[in-house]
Amino acid sequence: MTNGRFGKYGGQYVPETLMNNLQELEKAYNFYKNDPGFVSELDDLMQNYAGRPSPLYFAQKMTADLGGAKIYLKREDLNHTGSHKINNVLGQTLLAKKMGKTRIIAETGAGQHGVASATAAALMGLECEVFMGREDTQRQALNVFRMQLLGATVHEVTSGTMTLKDAVNETMREWVSRIDDTHYVLGSVMGPHPFPTMVRDFQKIIGEEIATQLQKLEGRLPDMVIACVGGGSNAIGAFHHFIPMPQVQLVGCEAAGLGVETPQNAATMANGKVGIMHGMKSYFCQDEFGQIAPVYSISAGLDYPGIGPEHAHLADINRAQYIPVTDAEAISAFEYLSRTEGIIPAIESAHAIAQAIKTAPTMPRDKIIVINLSGRGDKDVAAIAKHKGVDLHE
Amino acid sequence: MNSKIAEAFAKKAFIAFITGGDPDIETTEKLIPTLEAAGVDVIEIGIPFSDPIAEGLVIQKASERALAAGCTVDKLFAMVSCLRQKVKIPIVFMTYANPIFAYGATRFMANCAASGIDGIIVPDLPFEEKHELAQECKTHGIAQISMIAPTSHQRIKTIAREAEGFLYCVSSLGVTGMRAQINTNLAEMIAEVRSVSKVPCAIGFGISSPAQAREMAAVADGAIIGSAIVKIIAEHGRDCVPYVKKFAEDVAGEIATL
Repeated sequence: MTNGRFGKYGGQYVPETLMNNLQELEKAYNFYKNDPGFVSELDDLMQNYAGRPSPLYFAQKMTADLGGAKIYLKREDLNHTGSHKINNVLGQTLLAKKMGKTRIIAETGAGQHGVASATAAALMGLECEVFMGREDTQRQALNVFRMQLLGATVHEVTSGTMTLKDAVNETMREWVSRIDDTHYVLGSVMGPHPFPTMVRDFQKIIGEEIATQLQKLEGRLPDMVIACVGGGSNAIGAFHHFIPMPQVQLVGCEAAGLGVETPQNAATMANGKVGIMHGMKSYFCQDEFGQIAPVYSISAGLDYPGIGPEHAHLADINRAQYIPVTDAEAISAFEYLSRTEGIIPAIESAHAIAQAIKTAPTMPRDKIIVINLSGRGDKDVAAIAKHKGVDLHE
Repeated sequence: MNSKIAEAFAKKAFIAFITGGDPDIETTEKLIPTLEAAGVDVIEIGIPFSDPIAEGLVIQKASERALAAGCTVDKLFAMVSCLRQKVKIPIVFMTYANPIFAYGATRFMANCAASGIDGIIVPDLPFEEKHELAQECKTHGIAQISMIAPTSHQRIKTIAREAEGFLYCVSSLGVTGMRAQINTNLAEMIAEVRSVSKVPCAIGFGISSPAQAREMAAVADGAIIGSAIVKIIAEHGRDCVPYVKKFAEDVAGEIATL
């Protein structure tokens, strides 16, 4: 049996054509993660290119308004390219370069991972091709153009539901076709081993910084860390450092779309069953015959029928809780944070804000919640306007 | 060891793939005896899956058509049971891990045995994950057919040593679908297999014409044709039977010259 298991989840459920390459990737990753040259090069990029550490900001007005626990925002939205995705992409692209690859390919939902990949490829002089569902190229048109500005080629995916899941299928098919010079920069803690572990390692800096920063500001650990979960990379990044500390509650917010009881949702932990897809064993939204369900969320980044295997395991052992948040709650949180703190969050991150708005008032004032604000909301402005019936003459 | 599959490889074998339930179950049910009569030695029935990552566009579309027409695993089991009264050649299922997992591996393999399925090919269960089905396959006498690819290199021997039924040799990088040319050094791959195992080797992925099928069967023990047949089914829908028959006869004729 393969490594890369989180309890019974994870594994390497991919066509034979990819296996050799995955084993080479694992070997290279295990070497470079301990290579002082690689580590210092990546540290330098993280600080001087991506802008780390990202601030841990005390949301004073929000805290006062909600009247309960103190709320801090981990400002991953302030990273270069506007989300946490850059952490993973800089790590993987640097690794790809060390492995002698000259081309990277990536899937993207909201476009944040595609933009980050296009950025890293431009920086490191690699070719970049991004696969994005047609539905998402329409709701995230700005990011499509941004990727093209950065020199990437964007492929519109028209198979299946034309969203993130199909973009992953198409990127895997592309990788099987052209493997020698190409690395697949997977954007989340999903897919076959070693991706869930490697991506988590590149993202765990979020939680480590939260711990250090909060120690300085408050002299203690947070009581709760909240993050949105699609595949789950920003959440695992925020959670990982705190997993051995049971006093820190870990809360993942998944997209409930129009409601978990309707067919239009992407709430994998609420509605999914254990299955095998995209190279991993985990929970998936699916029908009784094992056909993957056509999920829905207003957020392109959370519009995914699966979840990373480590999250599936954390849920099984009750170390993290996964709570569905609807489109309506996320939109209202999107507007709330914009008006209350002057911060427009990504619609994905707004799912985590929405959960904090519900939870904070029920907690005493001496408790501390950290919300991982995984991305900024510029990309969502047009979609929110449309949702509210405002014509931006685009 | 499934002796029926071994018998099918007594001469160079022609293995034909069709997607179950495309365009509907009735057509699949007509196609299988037609293929047998045309000289096919092993039938592969694809159980449609929503996210077939190893398939090119032709088989992706066939899976979508079959699912839209209401094809399910149970309907395919019932169809195979029925066909078994007349069809004698081995029939294997090709599908992805999730439809089997959702159905329950034990129940799935028991129903395979009961309906007369001889083997199973699961492209997203590589050697390291074959344990998912190994015990159930063994219990019910279903050959768990493994794949090797042009990238397998030092993995070939490990996979071949445990191979059952036949070894599915992937001709080239990429997904299923017709290719004008196949450039992999397949003779070398097959020699590697032969050094550790007597299991028959069949080459698949990208074989588009009868001449190409003969060429591949000459290098190996058999040739697998999928997309080229599925494309004929896509073109002619429910009226595809005579067209598929003609193509299969042409391929069988070419392979018979070896």
